[in-house]
Amino acid sequence: MSALLEASGLALRFGAVPALDDVSLEVFPGEVVAIVGESGSGKTTLLRVLSGMMRPEAGEVRYRDPEGGLHLVHDMGEAAQRRLHRTDWGFVHQNPRDGLRMRVSAGGNIGERLMAVGARHYGQIRAEADEWLRRVEIDPARIDGMPALFSGGMQQRLQIARTLVTRPRLVFMDEPTGGLDVSVQARLLDMIRALVADLGLAVVIVTHDIAAARLLAHRLLVMRRGQVVEHGLTDRVLDDPQHEYTQLLVASVLAA
Amino acid sequence: MTALGYNFGYLDENTKRMIRRALLKAVAVPGHQVPFGAREMPLPYGWGTGGIAVTASVIGAGDRLKVIDQGADDTTNAVSIRRFFAKVAGVETTERTGEATIIQTRHRIPETGLREGQILVYQVPMPEPLFRLEPRVAETRRMHALADYGLMHVKLYEDIARHGHVAISYNYPVLVGGRYLMSPSPIPAFDNPKMDRMPALQLFGAGREKRIYAVPPYTSVKSLDFEDHPFRPVRADAPCALCGSRESYLDEVVVDDKGGRMFVCSDTDYCNTRQAAREAAE
Repeated sequence: MSALLEASGLALRFGAVPALDDVSLEVFPGEVVAIVGESGSGKTTLLRVLSGMMRPEAGEVRYRDPEGGLHLVHDMGEAAQRRLHRTDWGFVHQNPRDGLRMRVSAGGNIGERLMAVGARHYGQIRAEADEWLRRVEIDPARIDGMPALFSGGMQQRLQIARTLVTRPRLVFMDEPTGGLDVSVQARLLDMIRALVADLGLAVVIVTHDIAAARLLAHRLLVMRRGQVVEHGLTDRVLDDPQHEYTQLLVASVLAA
Repeated sequence: MTALGYNFGYLDENTKRMIRRALLKAVAVPGHQVPFGAREMPLPYGWGTGGIAVTASVIGAGDRLKVIDQGADDTTNAVSIRRFFAKVAGVETTERTGEATIIQTRHRIPETGLREGQILVYQVPMPEPLFRLEPRVAETRRMHALADYGLMHVKLYEDIARHGHVAISYNYPVLVGGRYLMSPSPIPAFDNPKMDRMPALQLFGAGREKRIYAVPPYTSVKSLDFEDHPFRPVRADAPCALCGSRESYLDEVVVDDKGGRMFVCSDTDYCNTRQAAREAAE
């Protein structure tokens, strides 16, 4: 099987601070890859570079389309990149307000991606929105409700529904459970895990929550000061950390 | 008789040339907004400066001009603009749609079908159809460049979800030539179908926003809709109280303070012609 997304030799500096230092990464279809590390380690920057939102100073990111053709993400042009972002790809922001249109109803939020790719049948769009609200455990009666009136957890679930409605192959998630309380986090993680398995999604997820990474991810990358210090299967990395920073990270997790 | 001290058509020749270049570009890319340098006009922005600049650039000594405001030939704005061009260009003016070669309009398309060779000039307050949905101008330009118009459909979706139908009665967004999303200027949605494959040339001038756009003759102009909620032009369900027309667009006129009202044609030329024909028949 060939990789869906391949990145090699990525480098980016913010002034004197190296945000990415020779980072390479492969994501295979149906695989969940977690990027963990402390604040400022370059996790989110890596996600932004991988998804084409930011251009690296060196290195390249290649994406394989469903027909098997390889594309350089940063050289494909804005129109092609946008098309990718609303069909094959999805991006779930840490703050749902960045990913949702707060003044558009829940149904409209879910329907936007469908309409952007050409859906022009109101009844079908609405039925799809209804279906997705159920899947993310939001009461379908709130289809015409404004996201501003939803709780934080519901907003995040709505953002996930809106992202997955066009059945993307690859989803980028930036701390999807950040800012939610623990019980809501657990339900959200459970839901993400079920959806990922159902849809066969490939996911690149950034988190500083080791427990979330263990629950969701097949593989793990540990970042520090822009470098990948350790990577491997999640259980291997967490149960038998080799690098001293990973050891520190694993040892710092609070046991309830 | 042309007033002394003014160039023909009020604007200087260089300005006209600049506007004509913008017009040519606009005709070449139907529905695309072309920037132009709006000049100071002898009336304030919002009163039709864009339309006047366009008219001044295309008018010739042999043209016959008609000006309407909300369909009426006899309102202040229409009368002043007509008189202005009679003075600075010395052209003939008319109230008859069929006799005019150039028709400058605010917020209506005449009921009488236009023909080849006629030019319809619209006065446009806000040329950007996306401006209420996306406040960033740079972003709206990018959306036009990439034909990324999903957001406009989200607005229509929201209307149907909330009201059961698309609740836009004027300035109803259209897709021109299957490519560019365009604001038809605040004409009633009732007039939208008249724009589609119209034999006359349609020019749009927005003075304050400094944009010109155009729809060449016989270009497709489609009102946005959903397959299961097709576009439906709205019209008051009544005949015109003066001429009895059941086809024309009607204005509602309040006649007393006891709830009394009447509906009359908004197109005065159309209404007068029909009344005259009826009297002649009697």
